[in-house]
Amino acid sequence: MQPLKPVSPGARLVLGTGFFGVFIAFWGLMTWSGLVPPLFLASPSKTLLAGWSLLTEYGFAGDIAVTVWRVFGGFAIAAALGVPLGLMMGAFKGVEAFFEPFISFARYLPASAFIPLLILWAGVGEAQKLAVIFIGSFFQVVIMVALVAGATRPDLVEAAYTLGSRSTGILRRVIIPAAAPQIAETLRLVLGWAWTYVIVAELIGASSGIGHMIMDSQRLLDTGQMIFGIVVIGLIGLATDVLFKALNRWLFPWAAL
Amino acid sequence: MSERELRIEGVTRTFPGQGRAAPTLALQPTSLSVAPGEFVAILGPSGCGKSTLLRIVAGLDRPSGGSVTLGGLPVTGPGPDRGMVFQSYTLFPWLTVEQNIRYGLRERGLPEAQQRGIAARFIARTGLRGFENHWPRQLSGGMQQRCALARALANDPEILLLDEPFGALDHQTRELMQELLLEIWDDPEAAGGRKTVLFVTHDIDEAVFLASRVLVMSARPGRIKAEVPVPLPYPRDWTVKTTPEFGALKARLMADIREEVRRAADAGA
Repeated sequence: MQPLKPVSPGARLVLGTGFFGVFIAFWGLMTWSGLVPPLFLASPSKTLLAGWSLLTEYGFAGDIAVTVWRVFGGFAIAAALGVPLGLMMGAFKGVEAFFEPFISFARYLPASAFIPLLILWAGVGEAQKLAVIFIGSFFQVVIMVALVAGATRPDLVEAAYTLGSRSTGILRRVIIPAAAPQIAETLRLVLGWAWTYVIVAELIGASSGIGHMIMDSQRLLDTGQMIFGIVVIGLIGLATDVLFKALNRWLFPWAAL
Repeated sequence: MSERELRIEGVTRTFPGQGRAAPTLALQPTSLSVAPGEFVAILGPSGCGKSTLLRIVAGLDRPSGGSVTLGGLPVTGPGPDRGMVFQSYTLFPWLTVEQNIRYGLRERGLPEAQQRGIAARFIARTGLRGFENHWPRQLSGGMQQRCALARALANDPEILLLDEPFGALDHQTRELMQELLLEIWDDPEAAGGRKTVLFVTHDIDEAVFLASRVLVMSARPGRIKAEVPVPLPYPRDWTVKTTPEFGALKARLMADIREEVRRAADAGA
């Protein structure tokens, strides 16, 4: 091995899936050998069986769908409001001076701590779940988009001015396209965080969703189901990440992402 | 031919000091007028304020004192009448070569067919045919600067401001670019005739080869120290660089510049 030397795509795939194999083998070793009792940790085979029964007997697919919809719903609202505000803050320093201190404060407010309040305000329905994800994502999106937009190369802005652009032209045809790939990367990151908020939201006062299933399984001490639920979240996260990355590469062929 | 004269009168620039540091005088009162169609090179050691002067003419920087007027009208900000090519690569990376060249035309709201026609002409003129749909990151440095030149020219500015546009290129590419620039500037078929050009450089050969007049700037704080007309007739090609006249001009400018570079080095610049 040489420092920083790239590996071939084939080797990358083998190595990347290889560690999943190592991980599962270690998990199997710990559980099948009886080193860890099944009360605390189900074996890989038990987990798969639990997953199968969840999907076939308990309608777990419906829970997955509900959770996915909550994540994307809350995330979409946060992005739809956060990206424009972040762009305005990045582009116009007066707007930034007005909002930045409050948003820097608000983004450290833990979204999960709002759950009791949100239940009081919005009940235990969908609005409350979306609100948790919104609070968790919105301020992060705003701050990061503002940073990206504010970091637009000044020489590109100057070049546009000498070509006849005015303020709106600079914003619409320089700052926004220049920032777009990194904004998309920001959204990809925040979507990952939104998954943690949704599960927290579903652990308290929910009657459906992956988080709710995990909570229910705890009462039955069914570690297989709990682990299966956690693994499903990981798999969905991985899949959306890969799709998001591919989408970004397709949308922004000019940027060497 | 461009009709309006560029006048720079008593322009100074002082940069405010950081914290408690004293403000820096970058440009001493500088006056200069450039006739329409003239090719003026501003030659000076690095940090002498020559780029500052050019940026003030472009409207990207404000003078601390004095005024810049174009045809009697004061310059108050950047505008498409003064096209600029920068030393850094400033093509918009999200636009193709062709879209980059059309940028200014689109900002002006020209119909798309007309935009494409003008862009095609400058793509051919700068030898970028076949690269219309390339992204800037796929081009060499020389091609990027040719595209930047085409983008500035497509907008048909009255004045072309060139801030060491070939400074980042290797020597051979730079010489080819100089010839290309002269060809375009001196093109007898160009609509409107020769453009007014202000060319900032620290390369003596480049200044003498291109310009009809060379202004030598002093070390910081900059001022115009000498004005040297270049009587070599246009069209010029690379062979002019081997003539005794060229050599004599170069020797004269070298003496001027060396003195300034030494002063700049002594001042710790």
